[in-house]
Amino acid sequence: MKRFLYELTESWKIALTQMQSNKTRSMLTALGVIIGIVAVTLMGTAISGISTGFDKSMSILGDDVLYVSQFPWARTNDWWNYRDRREIKTEYAETLNRLIAATPNSNLIVAVPTSNVVRSVKREENQVSGIFVQGTTADYPLISTVDFAEGRFFNELENKSAASVCLLGYDVADALFPGTSPLEKEVLIGGQRFKVIGVGARQGSFLGLFSLDSIVIVPLPAFQKYFSAKSESDVRVKVRDKLKIEEAKDELTGLMRRVRALAPEKKNDFNINEQQAFKSTLDPVKNSIAIAGLFITGLSLFVGAIGIMNITFVSVKERTKEIGTRKALGARRRTILLQFLIESTALCLAGGLVGLMFAYAMCFGIGKAVPSFPIQFSLSLVVISMLVSILTGLISGFAPAWSASRLDPVTALRYE
Amino acid sequence: MHSGNLRPYGPIVIDIEDITKHYVMGEETVHALRGVTLQIHRNEYLAIMGPSGSGKSTLMNMLGCLDTPSSGRYEFNGRDVSSMDGDELAEIRNKEIGFVFQTFNLLPRSSSLRNVELPLIYAGIDPETREERAAQALSDVGLGDRMQHKPNELSGGQRQRVAIARALVNHPSIILADEPTGNLDSKTGEEIMALLENLYQQGNTVILVTHEPDIARHARRNVHLRDGVIESDEMTGSLPEAALQEN
Repeated sequence: MKRFLYELTESWKIALTQMQSNKTRSMLTALGVIIGIVAVTLMGTAISGISTGFDKSMSILGDDVLYVSQFPWARTNDWWNYRDRREIKTEYAETLNRLIAATPNSNLIVAVPTSNVVRSVKREENQVSGIFVQGTTADYPLISTVDFAEGRFFNELENKSAASVCLLGYDVADALFPGTSPLEKEVLIGGQRFKVIGVGARQGSFLGLFSLDSIVIVPLPAFQKYFSAKSESDVRVKVRDKLKIEEAKDELTGLMRRVRALAPEKKNDFNINEQQAFKSTLDPVKNSIAIAGLFITGLSLFVGAIGIMNITFVSVKERTKEIGTRKALGARRRTILLQFLIESTALCLAGGLVGLMFAYAMCFGIGKAVPSFPIQFSLSLVVISMLVSILTGLISGFAPAWSASRLDPVTALRYE
Repeated sequence: MHSGNLRPYGPIVIDIEDITKHYVMGEETVHALRGVTLQIHRNEYLAIMGPSGSGKSTLMNMLGCLDTPSSGRYEFNGRDVSSMDGDELAEIRNKEIGFVFQTFNLLPRSSSLRNVELPLIYAGIDPETREERAAQALSDVGLGDRMQHKPNELSGGQRQRVAIARALVNHPSIILADEPTGNLDSKTGEEIMALLENLYQQGNTVILVTHEPDIARHARRNVHLRDGVIESDEMTGSLPEAALQEN
């Protein structure tokens, strides 16, 4: 064991001496690994960035909220089975709330209706179109965290009286009121006057999915007064314990069947959706992007590995006589194998470290230049890159090191 | 005086009986050794001579445990070497044999000290002891002031001294010197031979492999090889004082 340790330190010393005495060669060879590691690391940061952005978007949906809607969220191949379903009415929310209150130990807390419609929003000469206008009740903050940049959510009184008040998403506010506060000012939503009482905090967007930055929220009665045409509604129900979401789903299904007055033999004519359904649809996409990306960037690392293998073969050839001498002095096969494995690993590790520094600098630069670009540099990435470098060194060095360790001492000593 | 198996030296170190070695080169089989029997005792100074193609190098490789015979028996300090695998042979070479090569075979980028330390690393000796013993070995060959020099900063004679220090550092049973003066001018060559003589006088077993009669003359026993067999084996000089006192 002690001998192994001494041989190990000796091998590291030799490897470093070799790199020092063959600077140009080592640098060029390591360059292949550097490029490979930069490519793989950047891809890794992009993938983890996408993943985080994705999770962030998903969290807006809430992992403890069930969505009662006409269609399933998960992709289906039989849309015609859902097309003729009765639509979800906002009144269901009230009925559901009454039923929930009447159920002892219910897994559900509260149901909140939302209706959506796309309209343009205007203020003087500024206009933004294609904005999601959402009508909901004053209970909305109970199911979804709403952070305000300024102002507040509307209250029960404003809701009941169908007051023309609205909340603007951050981007909408920014587009319509550049540089000034929109509070207490009026905007035209689909041609109707609304007073701004709140502005949402910036949430950031990713791939344009579910960002609350570009929506407008108004009280449901006001919504129904002005925008009911072509609107789509759903009912959101908050679950008491997200670990019991399946039971909550069953309970809600039962309640919805009562609300819809479905006969026992009839199938459900609604869907209960949750964040998970989206995940299961989008995860395969995310994963295939990750696999394809890592495969392609992995190719460049592979080329780097071939370079290492090649140079290690050259090194073995050049130093055949040295190998012979070492064997004559008592180096065993394992010793020689270890020596060349460590040489190739040291090269890869050096390349990996430099590559990682480059990748870090690039991430930093991209992060500064394009803040919205999803890129994330993490400690685990550093560890993984180092492990990949070591593994690359071991794999690419194995064949040459093996051939060196198998050399016949007599032949090796005679080699000129 | 012709060879006899019993000599007034120490115990037998090398005991070779009827070893052969043949190589297959393409269609042809080359018989390098055709049955060699040889015994070498502790504290002998022996020269193996012969023209090229006589099997001299092959015999040296056998003696040095770099290669194993095709047939025959080889015992080193009573251990059967002929059936050992590569790593066991490496162990024997490391502990029992000190090699001195014609071309010195030093590691070019390492200091004298690091070169001499090498066999001790493979023997699993700790760094402090290693350095101590390597420094001692270098002082013993008169290079106490050249420890941090690299081979290219040393003269040919000094390089060979480093190599000899490296051969001695693990206290081997035999020192195997293959044309140790082949790459040196005659004056430096004489110095190296004087050093080997000195080692012999101190009780070491020295085996020289050479084709130069002038060099072989330094040894006390000359073994001539021709066509893969021993042609002659004779004592040529006086016994060392150390050996005489021992008996």
